[in-house]
Amino acid sequence: MNDQATPEVVAGGSKRTAPPPIERIPVLRWVRENLVSTPFNAAVTAICLIGLIYFLPGFIEWALFDAVFVTSDHKVCRAAEGACWAVVGEKHRPMFFGVYPYEEHWRLIIAVLIYISAIVITMMPKFWSYRILVPAWIFTLVSTLTLMWGGFLGLAEVDTSQWGGLPLTMILFSGTLVIGFPLAILLALGRQSNMPAVKAVCVVFIESLRGVPLITILFVAVNVFPLFLPQGLEFDKLLRVVVGMAIFFACYEAEVIRGGLQAISKGQYEAAEALGLGYWHIMIRIILPQALRICLPGIVNHIIAAFKNTSFVLIIGLFDILTATTAVMQDPEWRRFTLEAYLCVGLVYFMFCYALSKYSQLVERWLSEGKRF
Amino acid sequence: METKNKTDESIFYSNAFRSVAYQAVLFGLLTLLGWYLYSNVNENLARQGIATGWNFLTTSSGFDIGESVIRYDAGDTYGRALLVGFLNTLRVAVLGIVLATFLGVFMGVARVSSNWLLSTIASWYVEICRNVPVVLHVIFWGTVIHLLPAPKQAIIPFEGAFIMNRGVVMPFPVANDAYVWVGVALLVGIIGVVVLNKWAQRKRERTGEYIPTLWKGLGVLIAPPLLVWLAFGAPLVWDVPSLQGFNFKGGLQFSPELIALLVGITFYTGAFIAEIVRSGIQSVASGQIEAARALGLRPGFIMRYVTMPQALRVIVPPTTSQYLSLTKNSSLGVLIGYPDLVNIGNTTLNQTGQSVEAIAVMMMVYLSISIVISICMNIYNRVAAIKER
Amino acid sequence: MSDQSTAEPVIQLVNLNKWYGDFQALCDVNITINRGERVVVCGPSGSGKSTMIRCINRLEHHQKGEIIVDNIELTDNLKNIEAVRSEVGMVFQSFNLFPHMRVIDNLTLAPMLVRKMPKADAEEIAMQYLERVQIPEQAYKYPGQLSGGQQQRVAIARSLCMQPRIMLFDEPTSALDPEMIKEVLDVMVELADDGMTMIVVTHEMGFAKTVADTMVFMDKGEIVEIASPDVFFTKPKSERTQLFLNQILTH
Repeated sequence: MNDQATPEVVAGGSKRTAPPPIERIPVLRWVRENLVSTPFNAAVTAICLIGLIYFLPGFIEWALFDAVFVTSDHKVCRAAEGACWAVVGEKHRPMFFGVYPYEEHWRLIIAVLIYISAIVITMMPKFWSYRILVPAWIFTLVSTLTLMWGGFLGLAEVDTSQWGGLPLTMILFSGTLVIGFPLAILLALGRQSNMPAVKAVCVVFIESLRGVPLITILFVAVNVFPLFLPQGLEFDKLLRVVVGMAIFFACYEAEVIRGGLQAISKGQYEAAEALGLGYWHIMIRIILPQALRICLPGIVNHIIAAFKNTSFVLIIGLFDILTATTAVMQDPEWRRFTLEAYLCVGLVYFMFCYALSKYSQLVERWLSEGKRF
Repeated sequence: METKNKTDESIFYSNAFRSVAYQAVLFGLLTLLGWYLYSNVNENLARQGIATGWNFLTTSSGFDIGESVIRYDAGDTYGRALLVGFLNTLRVAVLGIVLATFLGVFMGVARVSSNWLLSTIASWYVEICRNVPVVLHVIFWGTVIHLLPAPKQAIIPFEGAFIMNRGVVMPFPVANDAYVWVGVALLVGIIGVVVLNKWAQRKRERTGEYIPTLWKGLGVLIAPPLLVWLAFGAPLVWDVPSLQGFNFKGGLQFSPELIALLVGITFYTGAFIAEIVRSGIQSVASGQIEAARALGLRPGFIMRYVTMPQALRVIVPPTTSQYLSLTKNSSLGVLIGYPDLVNIGNTTLNQTGQSVEAIAVMMMVYLSISIVISICMNIYNRVAAIKER
Repeated sequence: MSDQSTAEPVIQLVNLNKWYGDFQALCDVNITINRGERVVVCGPSGSGKSTMIRCINRLEHHQKGEIIVDNIELTDNLKNIEAVRSEVGMVFQSFNLFPHMRVIDNLTLAPMLVRKMPKADAEEIAMQYLERVQIPEQAYKYPGQLSGGQQQRVAIARSLCMQPRIMLFDEPTSALDPEMIKEVLDVMVELADDGMTMIVVTHEMGFAKTVADTMVFMDKGEIVEIASPDVFFTKPKSERTQLFLNQILTH
């Protein structure tokens, strides 16, 4: 790593006029330090380059130069050697919105925008109070659901069986959080309780659900849950699935929150008790606001997982964005371009999850710097 | 002078009474709920004419399973079918854990590499793979594998191996009795290495003499199986797959479903393991390594006695939970037709209508796997905690 | 000085015993404190002084004996605990302000939630007490932005906002840098002058000499000596008290 090159001295000149050592040229210096600092490092660089040269040109050719971007004719795509991105343009409506009536798609776009703004608001510390977040989420759920249902103000009524695509993914996701998060807090508090029966029930519940795959819980929601109800009573399948996912989410989140609760000093409880506050006041006003901040990065990581987990409904046939895409791609004319459609859906998931994971890292930095938020 | 006239004596405000009352109410509600659900289920099942109980496990299933570790045909029982599914789950989980560990450790180390190109490639891999749902990973690779060429135009990565839309085949040694003994010898070799290391450590502690054990250990490990193999006359016949008609016969065969599932869950979990490994390595304060260097420890020692023990303590627990989640995610085989436990359980459920029992079997099996792994984890933690002192 | 003729007992500890597991933290503690009395408790660490005052608002449970605060016996009964806690304010060694709330919110929280006071009234009272502890300008800051002395004064104001009739101080100056101790003690002296019933666990003997009506010396979970300050500091009866005073007064 040490500079070994000796500065060349221009003949006859003073030392001051000597040109800088070659490493001072920023690019070369960067290359030296980051790519070829040791023989081993140079070899690594070489292997990486060979790998890139082997794969990258072929991939770029497929994805860009030989690809078809716009066409409504599947034969054009078949004739081309590369990717058929045109499939996204051709099929994006049913991919993103399922079998929801075509003319009513604007309603879905508004619904998705409302969801995204609710999520963005929730991420900003200045809006963190029960008085803002609770009404905001109630508004979000009620407004978007009524918008999608319709049946008022001249809006056509659309049955839930026709809901699909990205809005359904959003409903699954936000429903999971809205039901799952309070449940997670209750489970975490229950597990910390000094009443042995309460504690035991919470421990068994959390640990047994964490031990099984999400699929089996969805199977229970779809196949077994109807058997639990008396004859004649039925719940919407979507609701059952959301509740199943929420319970699954809550069990993981409860463990994260428990970690946060354990990090709060005993003095906080004592001071609040000495002021005469009761259990729920102490928890809601004093302990939880601090505990949730401490474990926020972990919470966000499980929220990302919850978003990705919405895709599990492919197995039980609810039309989220992935199921809708899979169904659309049954079209024999476009079928062989399923890969491109999946890559597009993957990009949607990626953008959302990547943004959230960056947010989680930001929060982690706030915490480590002791920033107030 | 003692007055307590303002004292409330009622038992309803007594903390102890309340605690008992709350718990009794909770317990009562749960019992009531359980009883209510149980009676509803019974009533519903009776009305729909669905059998209950475990008799279906011993009746003939009547369906075929694409691949199985043990012998199985359509005449076998549901019980055996579920066993086949369980073994298939174990197979893909074990393969996935091994591959994801290699991939994850490699990518995690690559991410902290001082080589910009390598660390960039690794972080792209991590960001892309962990931010896309595992479901999409699996069906993506399921789609990719069907886009691969047919057996006749199969891709040949090396002589005798073929990658195609019917899966992957590669040469495999023909079974021989000698291999059992080679296996035993390998076990002896492993024990030998442990003994050697202990001996070297004790000797170093006693005399201060440092004995490098890497090459000696390798010798102790390899020599016994090699000698046994040679003693049996070095039996080695490769079963090379060959194209017969439309399909390959012989060799080691992996179905396209297995490959797609395996690649999907490996790439997904590998990204998480890479992150764990990266943070594990970064958690070892640089001062630790500098201090060790200042003490004049050789790099091998630093790695073994300073870096690894500290990094592993951070790495192992979350990695175990990644292994668990990989095992649970292997249930996504149902999406692409890999006959794992959930897939076969699902078929059983659809054919017999006994959803409660079928789902109970799946949950119990996964729960047992989880419990076994967490017990192992607790044992490891206890051992690690002792070493810390 | 409290007038014995009009003495009205507000706190009575009768044969109080407390164990942590097998360790006896308090043995047969007996003391009666009258309204307006200022009691300073001292003793070596581990002598049970903190445990004793923490029992008075039931942050700790006693196993034997009686605690009677303002005619209410402290038992397992939640109503009694609530009633006692709203009478008794407490100040901790480590302040225990709520770090996620501004000073003003720290002060108004309990009056609003426990006393069901309207927000405007609660804030008015809060500002009043902040002025009394001389930091009204810090009302809209977070605890983390204040110095230790300021934080402890906020903690005192927070307790006063519940308008307690008794104040407990558990080593209020032990966690403070020396230059901040005085500002906290000044506030406490002023409080004492207003006739508040106070029990203070402290090692600040200067403070004890100025404000205390009664000195209590504890050791090994027992009350060794109860005396007025002039007797206590000049001719203590017990040898253990003598020894303790020698240790802390000689430097």
